[in-house]
Amino acid sequence: MLGTRLIACLVVKNGIAVQSIGFSKYLPVCRVEIAVEYLSRWGIDEIVIVDIDASRAGRSFDLEMAQAAAGAGFVPLTLGGGIKSVAEIRMLLKQGADKICLNNSARLNPGLISEAAKVFGSQCIVVSIDATFVDGEYKVYDYSLGREIETNVLDFAKECEKLGAGEIFLNSVANDGLKQGFDLDLINLVCKAVSIPVIVIGGAGHPSHFLDVLKQAKASGVAAGNYFHFFEHSVIATKNYLRKNLAVKDLVDPNIKGKESIIRPNSYVDYKGISFDEMGRPAKKDEDFLESQRFEFHPEEII
Amino acid sequence: MEEKQRIALALKRKRFFLENPIVIVDYDVGNILSVSKALSYLGYHHIVSSKPEDIQRASGLVLPGIGAFYEAMRNLKSRELCSVIKEEVLNKNKPLLGICVGMQILSDKGFENGEYDGLALIPGNVRRIPEQEGFRVPHVGWNTLEIISKDPLFSLIDDYALDDDKKEELVNHFYFDHSYYFECDDKYVLAYCNYGQKLAVAVRFDNIFGVQFHPEKSQKNGLKLFRSFFDFVMNHFGSLNNSDVTDGLQEAKRC
Repeated sequence: MLGTRLIACLVVKNGIAVQSIGFSKYLPVCRVEIAVEYLSRWGIDEIVIVDIDASRAGRSFDLEMAQAAAGAGFVPLTLGGGIKSVAEIRMLLKQGADKICLNNSARLNPGLISEAAKVFGSQCIVVSIDATFVDGEYKVYDYSLGREIETNVLDFAKECEKLGAGEIFLNSVANDGLKQGFDLDLINLVCKAVSIPVIVIGGAGHPSHFLDVLKQAKASGVAAGNYFHFFEHSVIATKNYLRKNLAVKDLVDPNIKGKESIIRPNSYVDYKGISFDEMGRPAKKDEDFLESQRFEFHPEEII
Repeated sequence: MEEKQRIALALKRKRFFLENPIVIVDYDVGNILSVSKALSYLGYHHIVSSKPEDIQRASGLVLPGIGAFYEAMRNLKSRELCSVIKEEVLNKNKPLLGICVGMQILSDKGFENGEYDGLALIPGNVRRIPEQEGFRVPHVGWNTLEIISKDPLFSLIDDYALDDDKKEELVNHFYFDHSYYFECDDKYVLAYCNYGQKLAVAVRFDNIFGVQFHPEKSQKNGLKLFRSFFDFVMNHFGSLNNSDVTDGLQEAKRC
């Protein structure tokens, strides 16, 4: 069974990964390849890297950064930021990207979507849409202008699908960085409007927010930017929280004899049997248990 | 496996592939660097090349790929690699692993944006995944496999692990990203995945292998698959007999 992906979105500014709050405030986290390495080790399903300076500075995605990020883990990478031509996409794919995310250029030059889809296949082209709720409808937000434009999000998403986009990366501007949960109405509207996979982002602050999307919307992937930087082993802990709290019917595919989860389990480190505090972080175990673990050796699997 | 045997085997692998390198065919579609990084991580000597002379001295070939069928075939043709690859694989019996579009072009015909001829190494056609309620196309993400034959590609992959409730849970996840699938006879299929219908995602015809998913992006499971494939390549050449292991053990002691 195809699982729902848990995706980390690394927002890059001045060459380092940052936390983004409301598209206006930024806090530094670490070098991009370091973030890719730890997220990959924690069992993330996919990583999206968005270089938010590139478009404004009029340059393309930094090739060196792409190469460093691709070398840091064996995990699917989607790269976005300032990509304007098929030649640039070809370079980035060669450096180790699996998919390319278009935002500004998809709006300004929709022809690029179909041109790129023809050369690299639809599965490679992701269109990123920033949505904002204005006057009773969702409109496309132009981050380079810093305001919404007169395009309806649903119309734009449908058009992208028609042009050959393989996925929609849907961001809610209002919820970005607020840790208050995802915009479920927006997600449901867009998922119904298109028949390609939709990845949603914007607002994760607690593992229960991911659970809401899994239960109430048909998104193919749930992404978060800042959230995965909040605490150690965030991916592992979140996956275990979700696996624990999903109903059995969500977990079982009757066509397959074994049990199967829509959240891909981690193979190495896990938090089996752990409880969670009110913030959704793994709670501390009692002293006796910790004492018993002190000298236990857990070797890493050798392939 | 015992530590000593492991080192011996590692040394044997190293020596073998230093003399007979793996060649990753560079035909300008997609993920060459990622495949190369995965092989480096596993300690394999390999060459990324589109030169016929390199391909001719290879022990095994990898056809990586992200891209459309037509584009991939056109790139192979423009580099005049089709006949070289066919010669090495069919007449010299060299193992070949096609990944994603690299697997799809092993077929007779591809129907992506038209109808195009493939390399015709494994009988089959490449068609679009039919859209169904609840199964969005492209098929993107981590899916589990129904493995028909473990040998040789999936020999190291665990199918099940115990979950929290001590129940068996499928864990053989691989990363997929495709809109087209390989339609072929069941006898060539090593593994299926379930996406609205059964899709053949790993195929084999003698020494020719193809996988629809991306092992270079599938974390540990992907690395295990590479390990199995290249052990197959090594055994395919001179079978791994006992004297070799003893040689390796001797060498391991000297280190």
